[in-house]
Amino acid sequence: MSLFAVTRATLAKDLRLEWRSKDAINSMLFFALLMVVVFSFSFDPNAEESRRIAGGLVWVAFLFAAVVALNQTWARELRNQVLDAYRVSPAPANSLFMAKALGNFVFVVVLEALMTPLFIMFYQLRALGPAWQLIPVAALGTWALVVNGTFFAAISIRTRSREIMLPLLLFPFSIPALLAMVNATTAILTGELSARFWIVLLATYDVVFTIACLLLFESVLQAE
Amino acid sequence: MRPAPVKPSLTTQDSAVISTNGLVKEFGRFAALRGVSAEFTPGRLYVILGDNGAGKTTLLRSLAGLAQPTRGKIVVLGTTNLRTVCGQIGYMAHPSLLYDEMSAMENLRYFARLYEIFDDATCARMITSVGLDPALARPVAQYSQGMRQRLSLARAILNDPKILLLDEPFSNVDVHSAREMAGLLAKMRDSGKSIFVVTHQASLLENLADEFVWMEAGQITRRTSTLQPVEAQ
Amino acid sequence: MKRAFPILVFLVVAFLGYAMYQALVVAPTDQLQGNVYRIIYYHVPSAWTAFLLFGINFVASVVYLMSRNAKADTIALVGAEVGVVFCTVNLVTGPIWARPVWGIWWTWDVRLTSTLVLWLIYLSYLMLRRFSTSGQTPVLAAALAIFGALDVPLVYFSIWIFRTQHPQPVIGGGGSIDPRMLHVLLINWLAFLCLAALLCWSRYRLEYMRRELEETQALEALLEPRGSL
Repeated sequence: MSLFAVTRATLAKDLRLEWRSKDAINSMLFFALLMVVVFSFSFDPNAEESRRIAGGLVWVAFLFAAVVALNQTWARELRNQVLDAYRVSPAPANSLFMAKALGNFVFVVVLEALMTPLFIMFYQLRALGPAWQLIPVAALGTWALVVNGTFFAAISIRTRSREIMLPLLLFPFSIPALLAMVNATTAILTGELSARFWIVLLATYDVVFTIACLLLFESVLQAE
Repeated sequence: MRPAPVKPSLTTQDSAVISTNGLVKEFGRFAALRGVSAEFTPGRLYVILGDNGAGKTTLLRSLAGLAQPTRGKIVVLGTTNLRTVCGQIGYMAHPSLLYDEMSAMENLRYFARLYEIFDDATCARMITSVGLDPALARPVAQYSQGMRQRLSLARAILNDPKILLLDEPFSNVDVHSAREMAGLLAKMRDSGKSIFVVTHQASLLENLADEFVWMEAGQITRRTSTLQPVEAQ
Repeated sequence: MKRAFPILVFLVVAFLGYAMYQALVVAPTDQLQGNVYRIIYYHVPSAWTAFLLFGINFVASVVYLMSRNAKADTIALVGAEVGVVFCTVNLVTGPIWARPVWGIWWTWDVRLTSTLVLWLIYLSYLMLRRFSTSGQTPVLAAALAIFGALDVPLVYFSIWIFRTQHPQPVIGGGGSIDPRMLHVLLINWLAFLCLAALLCWSRYRLEYMRRELEETQALEALLEPRGSL
């Protein structure tokens, strides 16, 4: 059974459905915009201070936007119990996981791409350090949130209060990744310290938890 | 009209398509299945009947591998590891197990890929066989219940399974669609499939089914070859 | 074993009392901090005990995933619950110690912060167990426990890097420790371990009885005829 073929088919299906209904992406876009505005009202520093805290603000905003995206990961599969159709088929559980995680990754990256210019504008941000490093930080950091988020969203299916369960599970486990993302971004924006250690930490976190998710997802999927 | 009804015959475990032994399924303190032991011959159409709460759905889900038994054994096509034979099982439930936002062909095309079937012709053939139009671009959400159930059946038989497990396929379906589906099931049984139907509308299959399995309070109470329960003994 | 319980309680309390006497009276006064430092005899052993219990939770979770043995799952649950209790003690004594000595309630001290995150992780573990509606909650919980164990070194390392970049006061001291103090520390740790063992044992029995009750009720439902149809 080809892992890749099923992953691709599932991802293509999800992206196509999302494009058609634009349900999740619209609500998330609006949420992202609201976050930036609320943050701008709550934290209104001058340009120098803003560079110091922007790393934190931006990633907290991304984190909340990611939770909104992650909460609807399995919504479509739970309607009409479509998940049963998948579980009954010989398709491997990991393909489903990778497809969902990649789909979430795409959504959150789109959100980040939209929120970042707004943040730059409102906070007059300018990277004093190597700006290109922001790309691996964003990619690795987003994957860190999304890979665990997709896994915990699957666990949350089997709980009461599904929507609150996801952040309750995700936030504690994401703390090392969050620390890395925030400090790496701050380091790059202020140019005062090297982000290299943080990037390595993020990469390690990503590898460790991607493997853990792939190994344990099947058990979680079949845990009715 | 079928000829003289066939009596339920004894099968050895080897020739049984599905057999269960002391199957118990508990949800916390509630036992949905309380020791189901049965053997089912291949190539027959079984109708599972009983009141709500009798355990019919739980039994079907256990046979499909969706619910892990608390105790007891299930053997399907000679193995207890249901994951190895899931490619030969088709499952259909009362929820449609379909994506509302996609059309019939899109739905089947996707589910076909889960079974490593990549050609559209097979999908189109399945849709036609249940009496629907593959070219219909309407999303499933706009289907009538009858059309939706028929498409769900098409999805269940996509991989040409040896065993079909159908949970309430006729509920809320118009009489015409229901009769068509029943006829289709009989035809599939004749071609060698083993079919298990849970339904409250057993009269649809009265002359088509091989055996009626009556369940009550988590157990199989009797198995008859006709729908009319034997009155006085 | 049930009859032994009151005796064991008495012994553990006595030992704890002895350990407290050692901590508050016998141990020498610290040069820099005076008598305030004595909270270390509660702060540190509670952390070590919590880590040990969380370690037991991890091992039991792995054993459960491999063997699906219900006893392993009970041990995992007990380890997590009692571990959280001792972790809470550590987190409460930390700021209590920090305030008079450094004038601050909290600092991003590596050990204290790592313990805080560990506490949060295990709280979420307990929340999952409470909120789960699945029949296979032990599987989900075991998966989470493994995630927790994988996260712990990452948590510690990330906070360590952070601290080397932004140095802050260390709660709990970093230097070497007087051998007499170490001696008292170990006595207190042993007392805590005895308390932990007692708590774990009684919690285990409680859980065991609860599960037996549930199984008995299920079996009764199995054997009795159900209603009239």
